Amino acid sequence: MSLDYSSAVAANRFGLGAKPGELELIGTDGRGWLEAQLRGPAAAVAAAGLRSSADILSDAATIRQQLQAQRRAAGAKPAGAPNDGNATAAAAPASADALAFVMRLPQLFRPIYIAEVQARLRNAVATERPWVERLVYFWSNHFAVSVDKLAVLGIAGSLEREAIRPHVLGNFRELLLAVEQHPAMLLYLDNQRSVGPNSVLAQRAARRERTLGLNENLAREILELHTLGVDGGYTQADVTSFAKVLTGWSLGGGYGAGPIQAGIGGQFLFRPALHEPGAQTVFGRRYHHADQAQGRAVLNDLAQARPTARHIATKLARHFIADDPPPAAVARIAQAFERSGGDLPQVYRALLESSEAWQTPLAKYKTPQDYLLSIYRGLQLPVADGPKSIAGFDVLGQRQFAPGSPAGWPDRSDDWDGASALMKRIEFADAVAQRLGGTRAVAELGPQLLGATYSDETRVSLQRAASDGQALTLLLTAPEFLRR
Amino acid sequence: MNRDHHAPINRRSLLKLGLAAGTAALTARYSFAAPAATPSRFVFIILRGALDGMSAVPPYADPDYARLRGELAIAAPGGSDGALALDGYFGLNPGLTFMHEAYGARELLVLPAVATAYRERSHFDGQDVLESGITQPHATQTGWLNRALINLPSATRRGRESGVALAQNVPLVLRGSAEVASWSPSVLPDLDDDTMRRIADRYASDPLLARRLAEALATGSEAGQAQAQPDTMNGDASGAPAMNALVRSTAGRYTETVRTAAGFLRRDDGPAVAVFDTTGWDTHFNEGGAQGQLRTRLAVLDQSLRTLKETLGDVWPRTVVLLATEFGRTAAANGTRGTDHGTGSAAFLLGGAVAGGRVLADWPGLSARNLYQQRDLKPTLDVRSVMKSVLHEHLQIASGALDRDVFPDSSAAPYIAGLLRAHEA
Repeated sequence: MSLDYSSAVAANRFGLGAKPGELELIGTDGRGWLEAQLRGPAAAVAAAGLRSSADILSDAATIRQQLQAQRRAAGAKPAGAPNDGNATAAAAPASADALAFVMRLPQLFRPIYIAEVQARLRNAVATERPWVERLVYFWSNHFAVSVDKLAVLGIAGSLEREAIRPHVLGNFRELLLAVEQHPAMLLYLDNQRSVGPNSVLAQRAARRERTLGLNENLAREILELHTLGVDGGYTQADVTSFAKVLTGWSLGGGYGAGPIQAGIGGQFLFRPALHEPGAQTVFGRRYHHADQAQGRAVLNDLAQARPTARHIATKLARHFIADDPPPAAVARIAQAFERSGGDLPQVYRALLESSEAWQTPLAKYKTPQDYLLSIYRGLQLPVADGPKSIAGFDVLGQRQFAPGSPAGWPDRSDDWDGASALMKRIEFADAVAQRLGGTRAVAELGPQLLGATYSDETRVSLQRAASDGQALTLLLTAPEFLRR
Repeated sequence: MNRDHHAPINRRSLLKLGLAAGTAALTARYSFAAPAATPSRFVFIILRGALDGMSAVPPYADPDYARLRGELAIAAPGGSDGALALDGYFGLNPGLTFMHEAYGARELLVLPAVATAYRERSHFDGQDVLESGITQPHATQTGWLNRALINLPSATRRGRESGVALAQNVPLVLRGSAEVASWSPSVLPDLDDDTMRRIADRYASDPLLARRLAEALATGSEAGQAQAQPDTMNGDASGAPAMNALVRSTAGRYTETVRTAAGFLRRDDGPAVAVFDTTGWDTHFNEGGAQGQLRTRLAVLDQSLRTLKETLGDVWPRTVVLLATEFGRTAAANGTRGTDHGTGSAAFLLGGAVAGGRVLADWPGLSARNLYQQRDLKPTLDVRSVMKSVLHEHLQIASGALDRDVFPDSSAAPYIAGLLRAHEA
């Protein structure tokens, strides 16, 4: 029997795991099937009822005002600065108003979070362009926010829908700009209140003996994680200057330092009174631009810097080729990035044309998300309403939009192949198989989902299984199903 | 505390015996040596996110502290929101009540100006250096504690695995060629024995999965006993009721983790070391001072340390706990009532085997010319000095192995004598 891995690699490594019939559809031209997915519009999430981040944050602002009014009516003093829900699970807010708000916020945000994750899961199960969907997840993880920070629990999903999906088949520069202006990123990395030390607002505050100043968080993570990479050659001075450049990148309404009435609540707003005046030097270039144009110019240059091309290429190659990606493939992808000025489809094509990506099937150990999605797609499982339908992500160890840090989820076998994590997969697979019982023709599923990677050993173990349910457990826990 | 509990014979422990087909080669590697007189235990708690050492261990007597910290500064002991008194110069954050008791009982050593060899400010590289024990980030895929376990004297190496990570996946510090277990709570039902046996059989030809499954089955039966212990968690009574609701999930998770760790460590043939993570120390915004976000989080950590002591029972006198973070935070508060990434931070040695009740500081001072790069607390102690000394004195790992394999580029980080009680060394 001739082994043609092309369809299995295309569906399982580049895609989200084969659906029944997908490998037949792909035939022998895996690359062509993937290439075709890069044409056409970026895939939106097909789900009615998901709301914009501006709508959601405007609801949050209304709730805050109502709580303040109630407390005032009850005789309490009004609080100072609102807290933005900027607190993690064990955080203590600055005031009683803020505490009341932080306690109330999950009621608003949690159902939205669940709806976002469900919509995303349903979309993954159904999509005919799973490679584009995986690329969306790749970028979502590259520009990670984490919902263990309550402020972004309700809007992490909208960051992906509003800033990442529209640009996944566009240009990296536009993608970067959209993400750094999104309220979820600004709130997650604390930029909305970062104030230039010589800005109008800081000087006004100094006259009242209050100190306002910089918060470096967003500037540092853009340089380290989003663009140049930690070895990209920037210095602490670059971080501080870039933080000054980004002062004023804030949100409207009660979010951000400055007048509460300014702007539309929860939408990106450049606040000139917060902005550090004057030219800044970042990564060897001097920026004389005024106001918001200064930050746009820096981001524009960072998007095209050589270390950025290399950083992105390395991460793509690690995700799609191997934990330690071959240097030649990284160089080729980085070159495509530089030559095209960050045109993402050209970057993806350079990846597809790297023979290394096709030579070693099953080189990547699935993440819990990969594993769960491949089960849902392979078995075409329904996604019910209610929080239980997304609990599998938590159980397997990858709660959605919750990597815990702006670095996102790690992408190496070592990070996911722990003993306890393996036992969770086995127990999860068995629970799914027990529930389905004999409703799937398991003997046919093996070749349908795994193609040429389906091993004789697994085939034999399924044939010898005591029941269809047990056979399904054995298929879903097979070594070739745990990898991609 | 009764350590002589017998394991209920459960599905997984039976299964472990019956796994010969898939894992005979693995189990044969473990031989059971004669018990040593004092099985020492070491716990490493990683504080991920860069702990603000100057708020955990406020140097209230430093003349520049209050000015730099503004509203984040914690006052001298005595007032209602003052630091908990240590040595007249440093205090403890008011959330750290158990650690303060431990200091009084001479079981806590406070290290206020510590760092790894890493001098940049990336969390992820910083954690890599903290865990690998190597000066350069990403220089190796193994952790210092795993390399140490390889060099455990055979008499202390009695367990199936000599280390356990309380996590689904093993963190870098415990990765390497020494066998380690990982454990995290499960909400799913156990499998049918027959199905598990078939899976084990299928994994026999896949070295990684065979090894992981054998580890999981062995660990699962031990964790079953750990969880059978009574619950000693009673919450942080000092906080407001609303705040308790917010912290309960974190506190509950830490407590379960700690109790499970204690269950492993209490066993005579249990692992010599355990590792677990805590997160949320990255306080860029609204950090708070004597009250607020960081204090609340420290109180949760403190409560879990109290639980650790209680559940370890008579193993506590032979235990050393090291708490360390990847780097510190800026000496001055930033513009958003928090602190940004810095350099020097605090570390702690805790446990019955520690020669505690002391602050070990060569304090550099906080005046502008004494700050590292005019912005951060300057570290005066390499955390590898502490790690090396504890591994050497407490786990009897030879200095040759420590200098060669565990911390190969640490000649600038000398051993420190006297960190542990005399009868320990």
